[in-house]
Formats: sequence, structure tokens, C-alpha cells
Amino acid sequence: MRYLPLTDTDRREMLSVIGARSVDELFRDVPASAHLGAKIGGLPDHQGELEVERAFQAYAAKNLSPATTPFFIGAGAYRHHVPSTVDYMIQRGEFLTSYTPYQPEITQGTLQYLFEFQTQITLLTGMEVANASMYDGSTGTSEAVLMANRVTRRHKALISGGLHPQYRRIIETTAKWEGFNAVIGKPDVEGLEDLIAAVDKETSCVVVQNPSFFGHVRDFARLAAACHAAGALLIVVVTEVVSLGLLKPPGEMGADIVVCEGQSIGNGLGFGGPYVGLFATREKYMRQMPGRLVGETVDADGKRGFVLTLSTREQHIRREKATSNICTNAGLCALAFTVHLTLLGEAGFRRLAEINHAKASELADRVAAIPGVKLLNGSFFNEFTVRLPRPAAPVVEALAARRILGGLPVSRLIPNDPSVENLLLLAATETATEHGMGPLVAAMKEVL
Amino acid sequence: MADVRYSEEHEWIRVEGDTGTIGITQYAQEQLGDVVFVEVPAAGRKVAKGEAVAVVESVKAASDIYAPVSGEVIEANAALADTPGDVNTEPMGKGWFFKVKMSDKGDLAGLMDEAAYAAFVKSLG
Amino acid sequence: MASSQDRSQGRTGGIVSGGTAEAATYTGNRALQIEEPLIFEMGQPGRCGVDLPEPPRVKDRLNGLRRTGDIGLPGLSEPQVVQHYTRLSQKNYAIDMGVYPLGSCTMKHNPRINEKVARLPGIGDLHPLQPVSTVQGALELIDRLAHWLKTLTGMPAVAMSPAAGAHGEMCGMMAIAAALKARGERAQRKTVLAPESAHGTNPATAAAIGFTVKPIPANDRGRVDLTALKAALGPDVAAIMLTNPNTCGLFESEIVEIAQAVHAAGAYFYCDGANFNAIAGRVRPGDLGVDCMHINLHKTFSTPHGGGGPGAGPVVLSAALAPYAPYPWIVKDGATWRVAEDESKVEGTPLGRLKAFHGQMGMFTRALAYIMSHGADGLKQASEDAVLSANYVMAALKDTMSPAFDGPCMHEALFDDSFLKDTGVSTLDFAKAMIDEGYHPMTMYFPLVVHGAMLIEPTESVAKEDLDQFIGALRSLAARAKTGTAAEAFKAAPLYAPRRRLDETLAARKPILRWKPSNNPPETDPVKQAAE
Repeated sequence: MRYLPLTDTDRREMLSVIGARSVDELFRDVPASAHLGAKIGGLPDHQGELEVERAFQAYAAKNLSPATTPFFIGAGAYRHHVPSTVDYMIQRGEFLTSYTPYQPEITQGTLQYLFEFQTQITLLTGMEVANASMYDGSTGTSEAVLMANRVTRRHKALISGGLHPQYRRIIETTAKWEGFNAVIGKPDVEGLEDLIAAVDKETSCVVVQNPSFFGHVRDFARLAAACHAAGALLIVVVTEVVSLGLLKPPGEMGADIVVCEGQSIGNGLGFGGPYVGLFATREKYMRQMPGRLVGETVDADGKRGFVLTLSTREQHIRREKATSNICTNAGLCALAFTVHLTLLGEAGFRRLAEINHAKASELADRVAAIPGVKLLNGSFFNEFTVRLPRPAAPVVEALAARRILGGLPVSRLIPNDPSVENLLLLAATETATEHGMGPLVAAMKEVL
Repeated sequence: MADVRYSEEHEWIRVEGDTGTIGITQYAQEQLGDVVFVEVPAAGRKVAKGEAVAVVESVKAASDIYAPVSGEVIEANAALADTPGDVNTEPMGKGWFFKVKMSDKGDLAGLMDEAAYAAFVKSLG
Repeated sequence: MASSQDRSQGRTGGIVSGGTAEAATYTGNRALQIEEPLIFEMGQPGRCGVDLPEPPRVKDRLNGLRRTGDIGLPGLSEPQVVQHYTRLSQKNYAIDMGVYPLGSCTMKHNPRINEKVARLPGIGDLHPLQPVSTVQGALELIDRLAHWLKTLTGMPAVAMSPAAGAHGEMCGMMAIAAALKARGERAQRKTVLAPESAHGTNPATAAAIGFTVKPIPANDRGRVDLTALKAALGPDVAAIMLTNPNTCGLFESEIVEIAQAVHAAGAYFYCDGANFNAIAGRVRPGDLGVDCMHINLHKTFSTPHGGGGPGAGPVVLSAALAPYAPYPWIVKDGATWRVAEDESKVEGTPLGRLKAFHGQMGMFTRALAYIMSHGADGLKQASEDAVLSANYVMAALKDTMSPAFDGPCMHEALFDDSFLKDTGVSTLDFAKAMIDEGYHPMTMYFPLVVHGAMLIEPTESVAKEDLDQFIGALRSLAARAKTGTAAEAFKAAPLYAPRRRLDETLAARKPILRWKPSNNPPETDPVKQAAE
């Protein structure tokens, strides 16, 4: 077996040093009833690299790759071009096969890029401190609610109907089993929801998304003021982080915690994961944050260096009193994010956002011109909602049959709600071209 | 002359009238190592004897501090936010945590005097 | 002397005193060890690492919320970016460089075929919400991995979506809470038993779900004290959380009796699967009476650790807990795969949803590639080699260092610090000295139940000659420590790493968590110092 360096001679020599006759002796603590005579049955034996690769090519052949087709799906995961440098960097063994930087003297590479990453996140979000990443935006949002509950010592979270439906489900699940009250808003299709009146003295936080799941761009400054007057925190979620190249950052609107899905920068679609959660807050709440933090310090020679810090918040020290049970983060996805954002820089990131907005504007105008189709958004970034004259799910299936991935029927994520049955969510990024938009519009005219 | 008493959790309390000033002992700070953060209770908070009311953190450990007496917090040591190292250098001086207006001086009865505490520490090896 | 430094480049120039005896260099670099500034100290306006077309002019529809002012991101060209991260990478230790015996973390070889297949067009580039008719191969792939995990563990069901081990613990404990709720005993059963040697995630998870954690003692053989456990079991107990092999690297020899006692008391058995690498292919947790167990794909199944993630933590479930598995479920209808998402009808009452989309697909792909490469025969051999290697290390060091427990260990060898008694050398010093010998240290001070613990997990990936050199290095360090005159030298270690010991107290007392121009006050600015 190509991954196992020990030879039979090695094994015999090692057993003799140990003083055991066979490896079975080393497993003598396993109860007899659980001893398997031989290898586990019903599973194939080892294979060479060629055979393994062929098996995966066969899986891939049964899927429709977005690379080969007009593509307009978003809804929390966005198709962007990732520069070649990014994937090259994250495949360097020194990054790929290192672990959590417990020994800072020999992991300054990881620690420095995480420190740079944390800084980038604070700049993008307009916040004061950021952690070294969360699993993804969806789980990060739930952690933000738990953090707000800790900070305010309250147990009622108001969840906007503009928040991604799966993010809402995760908060509901957490609320159910961890024991707090999550008040979930109705789907905010038109982007007109007003949560200010609902904020009261029991509210720990309000969770909104910008742009919303349906694409609307909102100013939450007044909501932030209402939260602060009531002693609650405002949590702003961003699922399309490229929007921060063009939009006023949540920190300037008064957000207390900002959670972003960072997948758009540096990370491919990957059928839903692994992605990278970005998590930022105000300095005064720093010690209530979940996740790892990297801080600057000096070494014994006085040279600048970086370490994991404020670890007493974490499970390995605080155990049942920890701010979160999180141990692993999304280190390598954070590296992909930070390398891509460094390549883009100020000018590139802003331009990328402008291109996304322009492409989506063009698509919105062309789709809205199709008879029977109504654009619901007065504002959007790179994604918007249209109402079709008939249910969206079969329309999307009919488009897929023509090898066009034409958006998401909202009913897939909000089932059993007739009010969203005809809604279609469409996204256009810098990867959209005339070769995609033309066929989409033509096919939609046919199938509607 | 102030009376200083000690708890088995390695807290000290200096009693002046019905006011008690509370901190951790020399032994406790040695066990913790470099103190990096202290969370003290806000003035006005009512605390009960035995309740976890403060947290002291070193780089690798976090310990709860229990109120040795019941009462109301009248002052917290705000300077510790900037100079938590005071707990190491002057645990019984500048490194104090908070002051309590005691509701029942009877609470002091179960605490040790200096000699008893010294013997207690010695028994820990 | 005058510095030729361009401050905007962030690079130091001039003679910088290093505090050690070595000769100073103009750059502060030492051959391949290159001092690298932060990207924020390197940027120049007008530089960019990508070429993007001029955006078409459109009337914006941003609701008047256009960003004003600069973000503050630095501008770097592509070659600068490549050099920056390459230089940073060279400051890291990694599995690809040598022995990485971090106990409990299973730092085994990460095969590159895993990376290749995860990136294939039609796998790596799929959108999670494409119509299911266009992702049949992806769903089949997930189901195939699920089949392997169920078969290897002897369990009937698996929840694939948890993003990491701790997330899997959350899933498993929620499933237990859901099962108790269905029995009408959620309010009554509030206690979770866990050994003091447990991973910190166990009590953190249990507490998050509202359980009270009660420690159960170990016996002098490092295993759960069965009598004490039986005494602790009662109508208030919801579950036991137990790692097996345990965090001392030992197999819980009475595990079947433990499971029986737990079940007889009406409680569930959560097994922390962090150490599955010792037994995969040889022992099925289902045969031990486990109700749920998370599997860290980044440990046992070689998905890369990546500097601290991403991981993946699928949870296998017994028949009693399977109905509560969270959405999504992958279901086969005839010849067609579908995803049962929220509110879909399934054979059970799902506890909810833990993560957007379908789980860590990229990790599933890599893990399945690893599993297929090994096969049933190779996985068994890998477990045996991991156990053999750990026992070999234990045997070769037992006269020099101090094993915490007698008898064979499983995949990791645990030592305490009694061999360092009265030497003035601590576990930390010993570990830092290993860095100068070219090794990543073992896990230190965990588990908490052993004084000055050193937990060595060599894994199955190390050749015997490399194990022998590693053993030789530890014997030599132990001998040096025992001379009683080496404490100062140990405390100075490491000398040859990119950085010497870092001041963690300073970092925690005055946290600097982001770069700001003011982070470099003049008095500590090496450029200013050099110029003076």
C-alpha cells in the first residue's frame, strides 16, 4: 500500500522491541465480542491512483458542470473567477499539511496570514476586531446570536425574513435545543420589512441580511439606533462578500456583529463547502467572541511575531464555560480568501464589485423585459428576484433540461408557501457573458 | 488595624468596619502565572457568599473568584483593566479586585487567619 | 548607520541586533529565513494583482448606499503576492516536512490524489442548489462515503452535514436531546457524564445544550472506573460522552459493560471518535454499544488540516437516534437520487438543520479518495501500523522518559513529566527543544489528568528509520535534561526556528488583533532604531 512505509521486516523488528509476538497482542484490551476475525466484509480492497481517479471522473460525468453552461444561481454561494495563484498557494504543503498553530515559533506563516486576514475583515466590514474564521456564514450567524445572548444576558432574537432561509433554520434549530426564543419574520420578498417596532427590552439581537436573500439593499442605521436604545445588538449578515466593494459597510450602519460568508473570494462553489465564515465585532465585545484569535507580540529577541491569543474563551481551557464549542476553523479557506483579496487589492476589489453590479443590472433589465416577468427589486447588488407567471421550480427544471442553470426557485428553500411559488432568484457575477445571458433569456421566453 | 482573613479558594478579604476588600493571595497568583485579564463585578451588584463573581485569567488558565462574604459591591478595581500584572506584583495591594459592603459579618467566621492560611498552604505541598 | 529603507515597503534595512551571538545581516534575513513584512506595509497605490476590464457604466441601483472613502486594502502585483505567501509558507512546519507527532490530532500523510479529484470539473465547481437532476453523481458520491462510514462503524445511519468534530458533537447531543424529548424525559435527564480526561469540546457541547456535566473518575489504569460510573448512573442521566480509544491513548477495556450499564439506566452513549484512527477497519464502534459517534475526516481519513481547518464531522447514529438526524438527507427513489431538505417528508423527525447546503463536500471527496485508495485491507493495516508505531515509541522511550500508564497503548503514547523532576526543565521546555531538533512537538499538557502530559501520536505514515531518529532525538534530550545543568539551555530553546519563544503574556494583556499604522510605535521600530 503506497501510503504505508513500514515493511514486514520493520514490523517484526518493532514487535520484538515491544516484546509482543503479534500486533493482535497490542489490541488485547478490545473485548473479545468486538474482535473481528478478518478485515471488515463487503468493502473493496485498496486501489491504485489511476483506478481511484477514474471512479471520480465517473461521478463527475453524471453532473452538469457550471463551467460548460449558462449559469445564474446564487442564494448564498456565488460563482466567481478565482486567480490561479490562489489554488497554487493553498496547495503548498507548508500550508496544506500544517495544523492549528499551537507552536508559534514554527507556524509564523499561518499566524501571519491569519493576522492579515483578520485585518482585511475589519476593513471590509468597518468593524474593530475580527476572528480567524468560522466554519461558514451559516453557522457563524448562529454563533453570533449566541454571542449576543451572552453579551445582553437576554434570550430573544428577532430574525429578519430577509435572512437566507437555511441560515434561519439553523438559528431555529439552535434556539430549540440550546433554549432561547427565536422570532422568525415572514419571507421579506419586497424588502419592506420594518423590525424597529418589534425591538423591546427583552430583545438580545436583531439579525438582518444585506443585501437580503431576495437581493434588496437596505440601510440599517435606524434599526441599529433602535437596537442600541433597547440594549440589543444588531447583527448584519452578508452572504455575498463582494458586495462590500461597492456598498456602505455594516460597521458604518451601526452593526455590533457582522457575519459574512466569504466563499466568493478565493473559494470555489464546491457543492456547498467547505466555505469560510467571517466574523467581526466591536472591541468591547472582543472577549465574548467565539473562535480563534491571532494577536501580535514579540519574541525573546524582540522581533515581531504572532500567537493565538485570548484562548481562555475557548473550550480547551474554559470547557463547559467556553464561549463556543468550536475547535476547528476554516484555516485553509481563510488563506484562499486572503490571497485572493491581496491580489485584488483596493482597486481590484472595487472594480470587481462594479462589474458584478453592472452584469446583474443588465440581466435584470433583460429578464424583466420578458412578457409576464416582473422584477421585484428597486435595489440590488448582483442578485435579484423576479415573479414569473407560473411556478418557478418547473421552469428551472425545463431550463436545466436545455443545459441552462437559470437561477433558484425560491420554493426550494421556502417550501409549502404559495406566496413564493412563482419567485425566481437570479444572480450574475463577472463570469456572466453574452453567451450565457442570451441563451437564458431566449430559453425563458420559450418555457414560460 | 484591619483584619485580613483567607478562604480555602485562596482569596483574602481585608475588613475595615463593614467594608471588605477582596483579592487573591500570593499563593494563588503564583499558581496562575502571569495574569492577563481580570473581570470584576460592577458596583451595585448584590453578591452571595460562595457565588462566582469575578474571573481571573492567565495565558493558559481561567479561574472563577468566589465571594467570601455576602453583600453589595461598592467599588471595583478599574485599574486592573490596564495593569492586570498588579495581581502578580502586589496581590494584597494594588492588585485588589473589589470592595463589598458586607450584609452579615458572621460570614467571616468560617474564614482563616494568617497563621491558619499559611498552614493550609503548607499542607497543599 | 543610515538605513536605505523605504518605509512604505515595510522591509527593514540596516544592522538589526538579534540578541543572539550570530552575525547580523543588513536585511535582517538569514539565508532562507527571510523577514517578511505584512501586506499592509508593502502596498502601493496603482499596483494590482489582477486585470479586470473597465466596468460598463450603469445607473446604480444601490438604494443610495454606495461606499464612500477607501476600504484601506493594499495594492500588490502578482509576483509580490506569490513571494509574500511563499516566504510565509517557509515559516511553517508541516506533515510534508517530517514527523508531526501531535497527539490526538492524527497528523498523517495527506495524499495529493485527494486534492486532484476534489478539483475535477463536475465536482469542485458544482453549485449546491443546482437542480438535483444535474448533480446525480455528487449525491451518489456522498452516499458512497456514507456507506463506507456506516460499514466501518457498524452503524445504521450517518448525518453528513456537521462541519467539524465539535459540530458533530453538537449534532449527536442534539439527537440525544431529541430522543429524550420524544420519550418525554428531556426535562428529567439533565446530567451528562464525562471523564476528566475528555476533550474540552465535550463539556462545552453538553453545556451549550443545557446539560450539566458531571465528571466520572478514572481508575489507576487510566480507564473509566466502572463502579464509580454505575454509582453515578440514575434517572437524571441523559448520556455519557466517552472518547475511545481514550485521550490517554488507551482502549476502554470495559466499554461493553459501560455501554450496557448506560443503556440499562435509560441513557445514551456518545462516543467521541477523534481517535478512530487506531481502530478503523479492525473494530466497529457499533459492536461496542455506541449510540452516536462523530468522525473527524481530517484525522482518520487524511483530509488536510490546513492550518486549522476546514474539517468535517459526520456523525454515525444507532437505530435509536437515526430518526432525529438533521436535514438534509440524501435519499434514493428508484434509480434517482434526491436531497430531502427542510420540511421534506422523511422516515423520521429531523432535529432541524445545522449547516447551509449539504455539508463539507470537498472533504467528502478527499476522504472517499483516501478510503478507496486504502480499501478495507489497507485501512486495517493503517490502524495496525499506527498502533504498532506508537507502541514502538513507547517501548523505546520507557526507560528514559516516564510512561503515564503500563501496558500497551493504542495509536498514541502518553508520558508524564516525572522523568524531568528536579531537572529544572518543564514539559514546555522539552517540547521547545524538540523544535531545534527539527520536529514539531507532541501535544503538551493534555490530557489534564496527567501531570505535564506529553502525548505522542506518530501515525502510520512514518518510516521506521525516521521513527528511530525521532526516538534517538528524544533520548538525547532526556539525557541532557537529566544532567541537571541544562535547564538554562532548554529555557532558551528554540534557537533555530524563524522565531524564538513568543511573549504570550504581552499578547493577551494588550491584545493587538489587527494591523494599524500605529502598531509600530517609534521606540520599537527597527528602522528608526537602526537609523539612530
